[in-house]
Amino acid sequence: MGKTLFDKVWDAHIVTRIPEGPDVLYIDKHFIHEVTSPQAFDGLRKRGLQVARPHKTLATADHNVPTKDQHLPIREALSRHQVETLTKNCKEFGVELYGLGHPLQGIVHVIGPELGITQPGMTIVCGDSHTSTHGAFGSVAFGIGTSEVEQVLATQCILQNRPKTMRIEINGQLGKGVVAKDIILYIISRISTSGGTGYFVEYAGTAIEGLSMEARMTICNMSIEMGARGGMIAPDETTFQYVKGRPYAPKGEAFERAVAYWKSLRSDPDATYDKVLTFDAADIEPMVTYGTTPGMGIKISQPIPQIEELASASARASIEKSLSYMVLQPGQPLKGKQIDYVFIGSCTNARMEDLRQVAQLVRGKKKAPNVTVWVIPGSKQVEKQAIAEGLDKIFREAGFEFRGPGCSACLGMNEDKIPTGAYCISTSNRNFEGRQGPGARTFLASPLTAAAAAITGRISDIREWVETHSNVSL
Amino acid sequence: MEDVDTDQIIPARFLKATTREGFGDNLFRDWRYRQGDEPNPDFVLNNPAYSGQILVAGKNFGCGSSREHAAWAIYDYGFRVVVSSFFADIFKNNALNNGLLPLTVSEGFLQQLFERIQAQPDTRIEVDLEQQTLRVLDSPLQTTFDINPFKKMCLINGYDNIDYLLSLKAEIEAYEQKAITF
Repeated sequence: MGKTLFDKVWDAHIVTRIPEGPDVLYIDKHFIHEVTSPQAFDGLRKRGLQVARPHKTLATADHNVPTKDQHLPIREALSRHQVETLTKNCKEFGVELYGLGHPLQGIVHVIGPELGITQPGMTIVCGDSHTSTHGAFGSVAFGIGTSEVEQVLATQCILQNRPKTMRIEINGQLGKGVVAKDIILYIISRISTSGGTGYFVEYAGTAIEGLSMEARMTICNMSIEMGARGGMIAPDETTFQYVKGRPYAPKGEAFERAVAYWKSLRSDPDATYDKVLTFDAADIEPMVTYGTTPGMGIKISQPIPQIEELASASARASIEKSLSYMVLQPGQPLKGKQIDYVFIGSCTNARMEDLRQVAQLVRGKKKAPNVTVWVIPGSKQVEKQAIAEGLDKIFREAGFEFRGPGCSACLGMNEDKIPTGAYCISTSNRNFEGRQGPGARTFLASPLTAAAAAITGRISDIREWVETHSNVSL
Repeated sequence: MEDVDTDQIIPARFLKATTREGFGDNLFRDWRYRQGDEPNPDFVLNNPAYSGQILVAGKNFGCGSSREHAAWAIYDYGFRVVVSSFFADIFKNNALNNGLLPLTVSEGFLQQLFERIQAQPDTRIEVDLEQQTLRVLDSPLQTTFDINPFKKMCLINGYDNIDYLLSLKAEIEAYEQKAITF
């Protein structure tokens, strides 16, 4: 019987199998950051252990770092302590750190791919659920808890139950103004925030094959928002071209050997999955969420659903609580809804393509007076490139704040919090209650939809907006 | 409530500690307290009628962030078992790695449990991990539950995953010899 892409990568990393238990899986690359690693290093110390393979772990500081005045000491004492603890731990255990101020620092899921560390066929873990991002390269990448971070530091292996496999196929032509973020919000709205739980997803189909690497990363990034352990896409010429020449990528003949192997990382024609879902790309519109889970998303042209349409009493109770938190009504359209903040950033949508899309739309325009707009690049490298292309100037002229890299208002661990009661249209991945700050109300959307909202001050249908702004095209 | 995410269990702004202790104080922080430090009397943990070591929760509990702090907070608060009809994967692993039992029951049983607890807040529940049974005392309500045999053995005996992995040193080195490199 044929193997899926997932089976091939997983099986190639099994050290041993425990009967009636998990597999012992070898990890090729381990990313760590300041929030979920300190207790793991403490554990090593208590056991008198070293990091087993220090060169297979890379650290960065991203969750807690300020996005303003990054050259100054972190003002908030607890954040500063956590970042300093990471620095101290990396030094003590011999782990490479791209910390605050380092030219390669950035959000962990942005720097891995941009440095060519993330490669097809790898197993990659990090104490962060959006580790699924790296699956865009055809790697098995998933988020883990701190006890598991300690396992990997101590042994370069992890105990893990083999998940089931799911294939999600998107075929056909995407409509104008529909981008990767819309695809993934659409999928989650269809299968719910728990529809992928227990599965590892492979995204396939003509609409996926046509996407750039950065777009693929956006899709795989949000696999966890449907509960999936990870998401992956078979590597192809787009992948190889992206990896080629990056600092950590294999060079010369080694690269050719790598590509020859990477080409074998495709699901066999007779491979079977535990579940297969198929969607038509033409059915996808620009998407926006109305509630407090990423699954509560609608097409921009549609109203918020009626509560009676939902099956179970507990699902109705959840949505009522959500709408009450968001101060929205069933049946209400979101188009035209006034917003207060726009956040363009996060490991979902803070790469060059995202910033270029936003810049293209807002060039020569001014933000609406009622909104505050933050553009937070995913990494120092993205920041540098954006400046080289003059995007920072376009943003500043539009009245946006263009700041230093970090996770920022995606989870509001640093100072970048959306105030209580404010509405924020956000390119990040979670609209949970209080996620962007206590009492903050989040609408998840694509960078295009966020850019339009920044200019109009309202949730807008990017397709209609572009028609009235003939100097840009989608 | 369905889809209780880890940002509700422990909001990100309380993740700044570098030790495992003390997270229970901020368990469900933004539901437990109104603005400032005033306890919200409508929230179940603030109602003295409901207390115990077993947390009963709606479907898809623990979704979202991989923060193990969520499991630490629930354990630190005093819970030893979470009962739901469905758990998010990472939360489930994190719970098991911290001696907190994520106990999955059917949706129908969960609803019966909710009804019973609402009607009788002093309902007592007994969980037997060895026998894999959950029993509501003074009631016919009971069920069995599944658990991975390896995880069960680890929980009961307090086995440590890292000690186990360290014992595989030779196998790990043998794997590295044959692993694909370029």
